[in-house]
Amino acid sequence: MQWETVIGLEVHAQLTTQSKIFSGASIAFGAEPNTQACQVDIALPGVLPVLNKGAVERGIRFGLAIGAKLNRINSFDRKNYFYPDLPKGYQISQFALPIVEGGELTVQVVEGGKTVEKTIRITRAHLEEDAGKSLHEDFHGMTGIDLNRAGTPLLEIVSEPDMRSAKEAVAYAKALHTLVTWIGICDGNMQEGSFRVDANVSVRPLGQKEFGTRREIKNLNSFRFMEQAINYEIRWQIEQIEDGHTIQQATVLFDPDSGETRMMRTKEDAHDYRYFPDPDLLPVKLDEDWIEQVRAGLPELPQQKQARYQGEWNLSAYDAATLTGSRALADYFEAVVAGLAKPDAKPDAKLAANWVMGDLSATLNKANLDIPASRISAAQLAGLLARIQDGTLSGKLAKQVFEAMWAGEGEADAIIEAKGLKQVSDSGEIEKIIDEVMAANAKSVEEFRAGKEKAFNALVGQVMKASKGKANPQQVNDLLRQKLNG
Amino acid sequence: MSDATLKSLSVLLAEGKTSSIELCQDYLARIQSLNVSLNAFISVDADKTLAEARAADALRASGQGGLLTGVPIAHKDIFCAEGWLTTCGSKMLSNFISPYDAHVIEQFKAAGMPCLGKTNMDEFAMGSSNETSFYGAVRNPWDAERVPGGSSGGSAACVAARMAPAATGTDTGGSIRQPAALCGITGLKPTYGVVSRYGMIAFASSLDQAGPMAQTAEDCALLLNVMAGFDARDSTSLERPKEDYTRSLHQPLAGLRIGLPREFFGPGLVGDTAKAVEAAIAQLRKLGAETVEVGLPNSNLSVAAYYVLAPAEASSNLSRFDGVRYGYRTPEYRDLTDMYEKTRAEGFGSEVKRRIMIGAYVLSHGYYDAYYIQAQRLRRLIANDFSTAFQQCDVILSPTAPTTAFKLGEKTADPVEMYLSDIYTIAVNLAGLPGMSLPCGFDAQGLPIGLQLIGNYFDEARMLGVAHQYQLATDWHARAPTL
Repeated sequence: MQWETVIGLEVHAQLTTQSKIFSGASIAFGAEPNTQACQVDIALPGVLPVLNKGAVERGIRFGLAIGAKLNRINSFDRKNYFYPDLPKGYQISQFALPIVEGGELTVQVVEGGKTVEKTIRITRAHLEEDAGKSLHEDFHGMTGIDLNRAGTPLLEIVSEPDMRSAKEAVAYAKALHTLVTWIGICDGNMQEGSFRVDANVSVRPLGQKEFGTRREIKNLNSFRFMEQAINYEIRWQIEQIEDGHTIQQATVLFDPDSGETRMMRTKEDAHDYRYFPDPDLLPVKLDEDWIEQVRAGLPELPQQKQARYQGEWNLSAYDAATLTGSRALADYFEAVVAGLAKPDAKPDAKLAANWVMGDLSATLNKANLDIPASRISAAQLAGLLARIQDGTLSGKLAKQVFEAMWAGEGEADAIIEAKGLKQVSDSGEIEKIIDEVMAANAKSVEEFRAGKEKAFNALVGQVMKASKGKANPQQVNDLLRQKLNG
Repeated sequence: MSDATLKSLSVLLAEGKTSSIELCQDYLARIQSLNVSLNAFISVDADKTLAEARAADALRASGQGGLLTGVPIAHKDIFCAEGWLTTCGSKMLSNFISPYDAHVIEQFKAAGMPCLGKTNMDEFAMGSSNETSFYGAVRNPWDAERVPGGSSGGSAACVAARMAPAATGTDTGGSIRQPAALCGITGLKPTYGVVSRYGMIAFASSLDQAGPMAQTAEDCALLLNVMAGFDARDSTSLERPKEDYTRSLHQPLAGLRIGLPREFFGPGLVGDTAKAVEAAIAQLRKLGAETVEVGLPNSNLSVAAYYVLAPAEASSNLSRFDGVRYGYRTPEYRDLTDMYEKTRAEGFGSEVKRRIMIGAYVLSHGYYDAYYIQAQRLRRLIANDFSTAFQQCDVILSPTAPTTAFKLGEKTADPVEMYLSDIYTIAVNLAGLPGMSLPCGFDAQGLPIGLQLIGNYFDEARMLGVAHQYQLATDWHARAPTL
């Protein structure tokens, strides 16, 4: 039987506020246990929550960025359950009236070597507080509780079940990750838990309308694990059904060591959270002025940039998507293009794109650096590309200049000068070299004239070698062919 | 001295005829002699009180004192007070020394009013007789076999017994007004949001409101001046200009329209209470007020709505008492669930457990709409009734409680009977309105009867003015039990 996978994601993005969502304690990562938990966070008797406006502002930013409806009145509810790292015995979350409803995100998925666009609908995004951490190691059979994280602001972003493969789910998660860091509402640090993914996965016979029973994989904190976990889960579910079993709704965890998911709890153990409006907090009103102020402060978004790159600069959808993989990368790329701007013609954005996605990316990868740490600035790279455009450098010479630049040897022109890497485009000079090479390689000349095309390439190689790579390759080609045929 | 009002004590202090130290020593001595029999205080700490008294005397001597600097006050044990055992009347918090001050405590500290001790109360403010306290029942100073009312029973009893010139209370369904009535003192519940709830241990957050309890309306006005005010730490605290609650005390009652809700003067109101309230109405008419009949057609639903909403909020508010971080934890347990279950089974009394169970039930999947949502609708209807009534009158008058103080144990077997003690007070909390109780007579057994006044939103000053004018013309409030 042919099976179809259905995936929906719930993403918890930790917001970039200074302090917690309902108290003034810091949310900085890595402090000693319980040093960033104030009396509100540890839920002393009598304390009350006060909403951090910064968290709401970030919620607005997200809603605007995905073209969603912002609920002008939204409100907080209590989700009641007992757990030692949940100090109040309830989590404050938005249940009935979330700040964001609807919206969508278009992602690029590579399928069979082709880039396909897919739009994922977002159901809702709501503000809530994080719980603390239970530490089960190092306490000799007891559990340690660290409440530093308790009350950290989160935006939970819930998608529709619109994804049909692990690849699509990862593409969506990555696009979301790009977006939340792009608009500055989340630092995106997955190791520190700033961006956590829960995946709801089910399978159904291809063509069936109803969804299969889903299992939820909790707390995926890397894209690689996410893809592994979903793929494992899909295989497991199909196997179960094909073996005659039915899928039980359940929550599972992914174990990266075994590469398998394992059951945490079934639907039967599910809590009745007894949600009700939190009487300690007033409904949140978003006035139009505030929303407009936030809108005005939004940067150009990845999808807007992609459209512009394709429309204005004729880049491919793939290139546009790659170059907008992060805000820093897009900023860098645009700075390079700006450096190539000429008053009379469009800048050669394709050339800039090729270098940024090619040599620069490869070099950064090798050095394990991100774009902001690049040893070559956008202006420097533009200086180099300008010398390719005006014919001073061949592609091969440009790579040498690039390497020297990475090594810190200065601007393109200085390196060209110092190393004497200027391309030779003087036809007289090139002809002289060709004559010498033809004289020294009479055999190859004969072979070519006898119809062996291969011999031509050998001669070009000899000319380039004799010019120490500096001869303009196009001119070498043209002139050599003229002489051989002449 | 012990019958002195705050106002008169303030004059004595200002004239240098007494000191805060002297006052506190006298009250502490009276607490020491009477608390054994009345059980009005859970905690007394003379060293702390006297240290605050010394500071208050120094403040006055430096010329920086305020009107009430040096006058002591007792605080209901629901308010977190730094360094004080803060139990909320529960075994669950029987070892909890608060590391911080509630906003109300801060305000009184800033006014230079020393704390005489923490008063007894129904456990987590759940009760109308003070019998649910882990620390034992409080006795009514007018008759030790009777209850003082609740939940602020310790505060009411200590003021009635002149163990303190004033006390703080909290009122979720009548917990200031009903004990004030049963103990023959004056107590006021402000408009919801006037006094910050920060540091006041929550029972039902949307209903809880702190207020003053004292001998007179004038004293309550002075205390409210100290307690009220915006506090950014409570999101339901209202940002309003500071007002002087004594400003209408001397306003004559001529032209005042007093609303008499026909639902509160029905067949349920009988005997001495009915007579005393009728006499009070006659007195107010004599002072120039007019009376007008008003309707509160949904008020018969207020007890039902209240006993859905208050337990719902309480069941969630009391979840933090789990034995993990502070408070009582059962000594022996097998695992986490066992620890939770035993801690809460042993730490809470039966009335608290009953309300947690009711609350959990009405919030459960499948019951929420039928109970919680329905009760919220009733709440709006009840509030609308008052709005309509206040189009016809300036202040509403009713008895505070259906009966005078009942005997200890008389209603403990029947919770519904107990809940009906608050039939006249609960609607006021549901609507968020200000209300107060003041003494208006005694029954045949010599037990005090309370008169309830209900004001429109933020109309505390006018309500206090009416009460003050009544107290100028009567002396019920000045009578004290012989002890």
